[in-house]
Amino acid sequence: MASFDVIFIGGGPAGYVGAIRCAQLGLSAAVVEREKLGGTCVVWGCIPAKALLEAAGLATKVGHAAEFGVSVGEVKLDYGVAMKRSRGVSDQNVKGVEFLLKKNKVTYIKGTARLTGGNAVTVETGDGKKEKHEAKKAIVIATGSRVKGLPQVGLELNGTTVISSDEALVLEKAPKRMAIVGAGAVGCEFADVFAAFGSQVTLLEVMPQILPLEDGEVAQTLARSFTKRKIDLRTGAKIGNVKVGKSSVKMTVESGGKKSDLEVDVVLVAAGRAPVTDEIGLDKAGVQLTERGFIKVDETLQSTAKGVFAIGDVVGPPMLAHKGSREGIVLAERLAGKKPHSINYGNIPNATYCHPEVASIGLTEQQCKDQKLDYKVGKFPFSANGRARTSGETEGFVKIIRDAKYGEILGAHIVGPHATELIHELAVARENEFTVEEIDLAVHAHPTLAEAIAEAALDSLGRMIHA
Amino acid sequence: MPTKVYMEALSPTMEEGRLVKWLKNEGDQVASGDVLAEVETDKAVMELAARGEGVLRKRLLEEGGTAPVGQLVGVIAAPDENIDELISGAPAAGGADAAAPAAEDAGARTKDTAGASPNPKSAEQSQGEASTPPKEKAPARGAPTARGDGGDDRPEPEGADASGSDNGGRARSSPLARRMASERGVDLAQVQGSGPGGRIIRRDIEAAAAGGATRATRAPAPDRAARARDGDHTDVPLSQMRRTIARRLAESIGPIPTFYLTATLDLERVAEMRGAMAELGDEFKVSFNDIILKAVATALAQHPECNAHWLGDGIRQFHRVHIGMAVAIDEGLITPVIFDADQKGLRELSGEARDLAKRARDRKLKPDEYTGSTFSVSNLGMFGIDHFTAIINPPEAGILAIGAIEETPVVRDGEVTVRRRMRVTMSCDHRVIDGAMGAKFLQTLRRLIENPLAMIY
Repeated sequence: MASFDVIFIGGGPAGYVGAIRCAQLGLSAAVVEREKLGGTCVVWGCIPAKALLEAAGLATKVGHAAEFGVSVGEVKLDYGVAMKRSRGVSDQNVKGVEFLLKKNKVTYIKGTARLTGGNAVTVETGDGKKEKHEAKKAIVIATGSRVKGLPQVGLELNGTTVISSDEALVLEKAPKRMAIVGAGAVGCEFADVFAAFGSQVTLLEVMPQILPLEDGEVAQTLARSFTKRKIDLRTGAKIGNVKVGKSSVKMTVESGGKKSDLEVDVVLVAAGRAPVTDEIGLDKAGVQLTERGFIKVDETLQSTAKGVFAIGDVVGPPMLAHKGSREGIVLAERLAGKKPHSINYGNIPNATYCHPEVASIGLTEQQCKDQKLDYKVGKFPFSANGRARTSGETEGFVKIIRDAKYGEILGAHIVGPHATELIHELAVARENEFTVEEIDLAVHAHPTLAEAIAEAALDSLGRMIHA
Repeated sequence: MPTKVYMEALSPTMEEGRLVKWLKNEGDQVASGDVLAEVETDKAVMELAARGEGVLRKRLLEEGGTAPVGQLVGVIAAPDENIDELISGAPAAGGADAAAPAAEDAGARTKDTAGASPNPKSAEQSQGEASTPPKEKAPARGAPTARGDGGDDRPEPEGADASGSDNGGRARSSPLARRMASERGVDLAQVQGSGPGGRIIRRDIEAAAAGGATRATRAPAPDRAARARDGDHTDVPLSQMRRTIARRLAESIGPIPTFYLTATLDLERVAEMRGAMAELGDEFKVSFNDIILKAVATALAQHPECNAHWLGDGIRQFHRVHIGMAVAIDEGLITPVIFDADQKGLRELSGEARDLAKRARDRKLKPDEYTGSTFSVSNLGMFGIDHFTAIINPPEAGILAIGAIEETPVVRDGEVTVRRRMRVTMSCDHRVIDGAMGAKFLQTLRRLIENPLAMIY
């Protein structure tokens, strides 16, 4: 029995970051984690996936090396090696998180936590022992989310022919034929990876565009690039007659008015994640769920049980590591009696690491239309950007949507090289209420990809220089 | 369950309220419906009632403090209930003031944050649709120019506010906020920022443009008080009413294409009538103003085209005549309404006008007594004003300004005689009323005033 100010259940990017911030502010904090520290992000998501995407990018680049005067001979692709490297990167990050907790004197309790009502948490450790801990100020649920199959269309996860991203990340080799169901960020990233490693990929999306949450023009550009790389895209797709076999899966796909049969070796279900709320004693503690199964919280992130808070994926979308981390920080500061600036949920960047990369912040053009906003669009193609030409990555563009009257940046969308890095200039601008004119006023170094942002800002003012 | 006490919209146009007086102390038992406090709205002093029962545990707004509608101003709860969470999210008790910055940030900010972000750019750079960004405004209080110019190294006055927004003489603000402020005529120095460290951001300008949160209720900074003693000027903080008047009138003079029609009316017969009535006894005494109101109402009933509202996408002509009667009071003016004025006899109209004027001065009018007018009348004759133009009270299409009654030599039937006359000026919203339309209305009014018997016809 130990006593802490705050106990975080879950050591992902929401929980461990919140715990560190608590410790910085003088609160005693503990993190309970049943698997590895770092959560989905570090172990089963962002980090290993990006390591694989880096491999995919390199594979594509090497294919063009000869154009740069660099001959590399025969190119061999081995998904297994790329996978092992990605696991190594993931492990490194897990150790990093452990180190950070130690450095900040956050107690790491390995085991499965359960609420038992009041301010008590029971932790069952690996050897079956149960210990009870007390949280004097708050219990914070940061249990995250997990992949879920699509049993409603017959795609129950079986770990071999119907898999989730979890299994995809540890495949020994790339399957010959693969169908990916769901063309959100996860689906597009895996399509990119497996296509680069030689799989014949069919990407299925029920919505009318891939990356359904992104701006339409951006999705179109990515779709063109995917199609060029022989990824078979089916949007507005309806899946039926699913027959899961031992070594392959058959189904019919209806898309664009046409119905066809599809047989693949592996189906990767990349649609949807469900919050992890079972077996942690929520009912005992009086923690209620929303209709969609997330933990119900108020604006202070407190659940329906006093003293029990929730952060990250488990409170609902956007299910992004950086959103969870920020909730952890803000909650920690509030628990320490500070008055943190509240989270601006309208200014959380989205990033998809396929090639070309996609990143965005704020409203899409369609959303501006739906909200009947008076806006202007500025757009600059990377094909007109010097730096992009030097690296031979000229696909894509920067698109800035600004308010017609005041120049406020309503939304920004980038598809192209390093889009996920570039977006942050616009994140800072929006957070500080800079207008497109301040973007232009800040001198951008030449030649850089970031110049495309300045030019898009200028274009929205009707005075682009380089196109 | 604790009950949160919010600043409520106590009048249709109220956007913020000043807490005049708490009627319950912390610790007092309150029942639902009990009056907790008196709140000055833009129009009147109203009562803020409890919406739950328990003990008034916390008062979050000091007397004299201002809060926008919807802000938490108090908490009612059981005596032993923990309300820390509720209170911790609320602003400091000083009013709409943002909380002081976290201690860990304060040190860094006190010195060199005087300048907000750099002054955007010169006007000629501004092309396309984007408006010219505002120049940095010096604060209204006349603080010294930014440190660093002219070697003015005078030390920071003791107790200078470190909350970020005014420590350097300039308000910290976002570029978007500055642009919006310039466009909407909002003085940044009058706006309380709600962004990080008190930075003025978009929502603050929107609130200020709508008459919302400002720093009017802040305790004056010491340096400010010292300067005020110099005697060269007096800073008068804006009352709720003054702020609303400013906003409404600025809205009016800007977008409304107004023109003015002036006529001189002969009042001899009105004077005769008034005299004759007074002879009947005190109960028949009416003022010139009462008779003018009656005449205006009767004329409007015959000219619905002038008894109208501009709706933006249409014109609404009213079949009933509700006259707004501008009443000067200490804090400004208010326009109580005499409903169906054309239907009322002089005696009823006179009594009502007197009652409304008195209660307006006592600030006891109910919201529905000063809204809903179809046309307004403003009379400054009693101040000896010969003639003036009044500003239209939108969405009304017209207002009649009444000057003083004067004995004037006039030529009648080839002889010079002395007649009592007054000048009236009608301000017309040209979108609704055309010149000839307004002129015909004044013609009717003249006929009624110069032949008051026609009013009873």
